[in-house]
Amino acid sequence: MEIWGHINTFFSAENYTLFVVSIASGILCFAAGVVGTFTYLRKRALIGDVISHSVLPGVAIAFMLTGVKNPVYFLIGAITSGLLSIWIVDYVQAKSKLKPDTILALTLSVFFGVGIVFLTDIQHSENAAQSGLDSFLFGKAASMGMLDIQLFSVIAIINVVCIAIFLRGFSLISFDENYARGLGIKVSFLKSFLAVLTVITVAIGVQAVGVVLMAALLITPAAGARFLTNNIKKMLLYAGSFGFASGVIGVFISYSGTGMPTGPWIVVVLSLFALVAIIFGKEKGMYSRMKMRVSNNVKINNENVLKDIYKLAQDGENTITINDLIEKEKYPPSKLKSILKRLERDRHIDQVRGFVILSDNGRIAARAVIRKHRLWEIYLSKYFQLEEDHVHDDAEGIEHVITPEIEKHLIKLLDRPETDPHQSEIPY
Amino acid sequence: MNDFYIIFTASLVAINCALMGCFLVMRKMVMIGDAISHAVLPGIFIAYYISGSTASVPILAGAALSGILATVMIEWFTKKARLQSDAAIGVSYTLLFAIGVILISKFGENVDLDQQCVLYGEIEQIVFWLQPIGFGLQLPKQAIILLIVCVILLAGVIWGYKGLFITTFDPNFALSTGVTVTFWHYFLMSGVSLSTVVSFESVGAILVIAFLSGPPAIAYLLTEDFKRMIFLSAIIGIICSAAGYYVSMYFDVSIAGSISAVIGLAFILVFVGTRVVKSKVDVISA
Repeated sequence: MEIWGHINTFFSAENYTLFVVSIASGILCFAAGVVGTFTYLRKRALIGDVISHSVLPGVAIAFMLTGVKNPVYFLIGAITSGLLSIWIVDYVQAKSKLKPDTILALTLSVFFGVGIVFLTDIQHSENAAQSGLDSFLFGKAASMGMLDIQLFSVIAIINVVCIAIFLRGFSLISFDENYARGLGIKVSFLKSFLAVLTVITVAIGVQAVGVVLMAALLITPAAGARFLTNNIKKMLLYAGSFGFASGVIGVFISYSGTGMPTGPWIVVVLSLFALVAIIFGKEKGMYSRMKMRVSNNVKINNENVLKDIYKLAQDGENTITINDLIEKEKYPPSKLKSILKRLERDRHIDQVRGFVILSDNGRIAARAVIRKHRLWEIYLSKYFQLEEDHVHDDAEGIEHVITPEIEKHLIKLLDRPETDPHQSEIPY
Repeated sequence: MNDFYIIFTASLVAINCALMGCFLVMRKMVMIGDAISHAVLPGIFIAYYISGSTASVPILAGAALSGILATVMIEWFTKKARLQSDAAIGVSYTLLFAIGVILISKFGENVDLDQQCVLYGEIEQIVFWLQPIGFGLQLPKQAIILLIVCVILLAGVIWGYKGLFITTFDPNFALSTGVTVTFWHYFLMSGVSLSTVVSFESVGAILVIAFLSGPPAIAYLLTEDFKRMIFLSAIIGIICSAAGYYVSMYFDVSIAGSISAVIGLAFILVFVGTRVVKSKVDVISA
């Protein structure tokens, strides 16, 4: 009930400002998530960190020159010094043997240091209006004024519109710059344009969450979204939605607790979204990859045992016992028993009083594995000129992976051979 | 005397960071150092919460664990979750830093610690915490802790120089000869974590990053010899500390900020200088 009370007051007219702040921070995080998708895909995740630290001197200089606390001047200063930092990173990287990580760290710390120098100078000059510059350091979304919110929302929307217009170009330079260049796309223009959008987003975002956490607004939504889809449009949508939801929820949480900071809660919520996607994402998530690995292992074990039962039967053993298999297999007895149980469930074998009997289905399956194995051996010896005693190990692995299509292709390519390099017959 | 205390303390941070930074620069892992320096915030908070503001080496070593936690997290994201490495760094340290800030604002009433202090430190205040060290001499408490850590790091680097060197410059060869690359990775990261944690109170995270990246980068532009690079970056760090301090006194601005700015200036000078020399050599040899 208490929570509903919170939600009610949250959306009531008295809390109009808070409502606006939460929506504004949602829009901000949406824009950051969308722009950050390209930053992520271009593997420049940490440039966001550099930009967010680098806007500080620009803001301080803007204040020193104008003497007023106008968000428009701040933004101009922030964007200028943010762009300068990107340019320096690119220039030093092109002209020296230093690696990107060193240059990023050096640039961000020096820009931030210079920013602090200016900031302390402003503080010591006892200018009454200086309070509020601090929000550029640590972010104070909750105390944003209406003017800030309107300005930021408008810019965030412009940002998103620009991305919608240049979506194709931005996607191309994110995935394959050279290919994009080959298509006659103006790569350097698009790169600079994307940089400008990123800097603008960061310059705004810093005021909501502070310099340190800004990198998360750019990167974390995209990192999560990447585990959900391979489609760039969907990825942008997911990243944007993660951002928006976290922005709103973060403001809500910080409002419901006393003295709770907004920015950090946005980042925590964002990280939770990303973690869930990273772990449970369809196909690419950790959980489904683990499941895939397990089911692959099951398949390999089943096929190996089946193959050995078939071979024992071929060798003329009329009655195959579990002990025969224990002797032949590399699996420990307990594991072997569970594999046999699975094979029985699949109706590949029957187990009667300790004897193992291959069913017709089992025979077909076993012959398929052996066929693939031997076809691969021929392929290796014929096309890679490998000695016949070198081909077995490779075939042992690939026999579980070859699909019916590849098998058909192999048979055609090798002209439906009768025997493998060891003169064993190939069962068709 | 205050001048000396402050420059001495900053120089100790510079030496610690030079020792670690040279390895980070050559391993292309400076941004992981940056991540650690932010990610130690929850650890520092917990250490302070337990012990009050009287930080001691064991407590700080405990706090350094959160820096190692950050490296474990980054490894987990890249290896297990297959997140690209730059994003893994970004996601990990921002989450830990956010948790740290939340902890401070929730339980931090009695703890003398804030974000501002973590980011750019309060080196000017170390002179209020002087401690006699015998022979009628005294040193700031921070400087003593830094000195102890400096000895630990120096001993660590000397003891493990071979392992660190080989895993830095030829990790594949190291692997093939059976050197445990993972061990040396965490060995180094523990050092980075420890030096960050003990430095934060005096100089803050930003100057730590400037010291980790700047002097080693400058030294790397000047020499190819790795041992010389370590010495050179320590000396550059000390010079920048002294110069930065006097700049800050002259303009009455933040000491940590000035030192970072001076490091930036030194880098620009050396960067431009080496390029001019190189182009002259090119002209002569052409």
